[in-house]
Amino acid sequence: MKNSYDVVVVGAGPAGTTAARFAAEQGISVLVLEKDRDVGYPVRCGEAVSKDGIEPFIAPDSKWIASTINSFIFIAPDETEVKIKFNRTGYILERRIFDYELGKLAAKAGAEILTKAYVYDLLWENGKVAGVKFEHNGEPKEVRAKIVIGADGVESRIGRFAGIKTHTKISDMECCVQFTVSNINVDPNACYFYFGSEYSPGGYLWIFPKGSDTANIGLGIGGDRAKHRSPISYMNHFLNKKFPDVPKLTMISGGVPCSITLSEIVKDNVMLVGDAARQVNPLSGGGITSGMIGGSIAGELAGRAIKENNFKLLNEYPKIWHQRVGKRHEIYYKIKNAIYNFSDETLNSIAHSAIKIPENERTLLSIFKIALFDKPSLLFEFAKIFFY
Amino acid sequence: MLLIEIKPDKCDFCGVCVGVCPEDAIELKEANISIIEKRCTNCAKCVWCCPIEVLVFRKDKLQQLKAKSS
Repeated sequence: MKNSYDVVVVGAGPAGTTAARFAAEQGISVLVLEKDRDVGYPVRCGEAVSKDGIEPFIAPDSKWIASTINSFIFIAPDETEVKIKFNRTGYILERRIFDYELGKLAAKAGAEILTKAYVYDLLWENGKVAGVKFEHNGEPKEVRAKIVIGADGVESRIGRFAGIKTHTKISDMECCVQFTVSNINVDPNACYFYFGSEYSPGGYLWIFPKGSDTANIGLGIGGDRAKHRSPISYMNHFLNKKFPDVPKLTMISGGVPCSITLSEIVKDNVMLVGDAARQVNPLSGGGITSGMIGGSIAGELAGRAIKENNFKLLNEYPKIWHQRVGKRHEIYYKIKNAIYNFSDETLNSIAHSAIKIPENERTLLSIFKIALFDKPSLLFEFAKIFFY
Repeated sequence: MLLIEIKPDKCDFCGVCVGVCPEDAIELKEANISIIEKRCTNCAKCVWCCPIEVLVFRKDKLQQLKAKSS
């Protein structure tokens, strides 16, 4: 390890290693610092992605695909099941292998990676960020950098160190818990979503299959709801009712910031990507693809800024991000706020209308139209979006 | 006085609490978590958002404090 790099990336999740790869591909020196001892572990994720979303970044490989998804099953509070064929392909990942492979791609592009390296502050020089301070194996260390990219997740502090307000308001924080369970009988090619106040008020409960007898069962609840009853309590209730005594291979907790992107994702020579920049799709809570898009934009711009010695290029980042993804997330955010506040009665009535549509004609859009009919106020939200 | 307590043995080190803390008052390393007392305002957002009930708000301490001041 050298004591100075062109770019230091903090965090080795998909957004961080993608940023590192795209920066290193510009022929500059890049170091990735990861606080945990492994790249890709512990996993904090439901692990669902769309094939189209990840393909631009990595070629699909059976070693990190646990299941291939071709349908969704929505379950209303009164247990009405609505199955919808997914017209694209989805994957349930093995994140611990997937993240590792992304790390290897960054390494192949020339990035160095160091684990067990906890960044606890920025290094300042003449009022400018000049690197990071970190702890490695209990020893305080410093490394210099011309650009720092914060890919340090929901718990990001890099932005705060740089003076960016990053904390998420509690109603936007989906507080999640997930078990990976075995010996269960679910459709290995379908993702299940439960909506309603019994299992996941202000969010949803998911069952994502990993092969034929194993699945991730998790739920997310908005922090304003979790305040009254904890996610683990809802989860235990669901498991006791639906899958009592099922073997639990893993238990994880986590938070998904389901907000719009931070208003500031670049400040001087500090950039934020992925969950740290709040680049999660606020409606689905998925952050892998959007984090990789954010990482790729930031990494490439950082690389070019160094190569061309033009740091003004970094200011292009929010514009490009907003055009490609951010703007869409603002619409999703409004839809989320409407849907997650639907009453159980509304959800049931949407499901009852939806099952009347023949299965081969059922699409997310057709169901969404029913939702609009049930909740005309949603239409106002759309009108606002389209006429702004 | 710090009214929020962490039960480290229960913690999964997931970082939700850090993400919602308005004061940047929580330090989370690989498997090590602590509250920075001088920054914490006891707002309890971390307690509300913890998915697995690791953080607790010590109402008893608050009552003691109130009893003392009255």
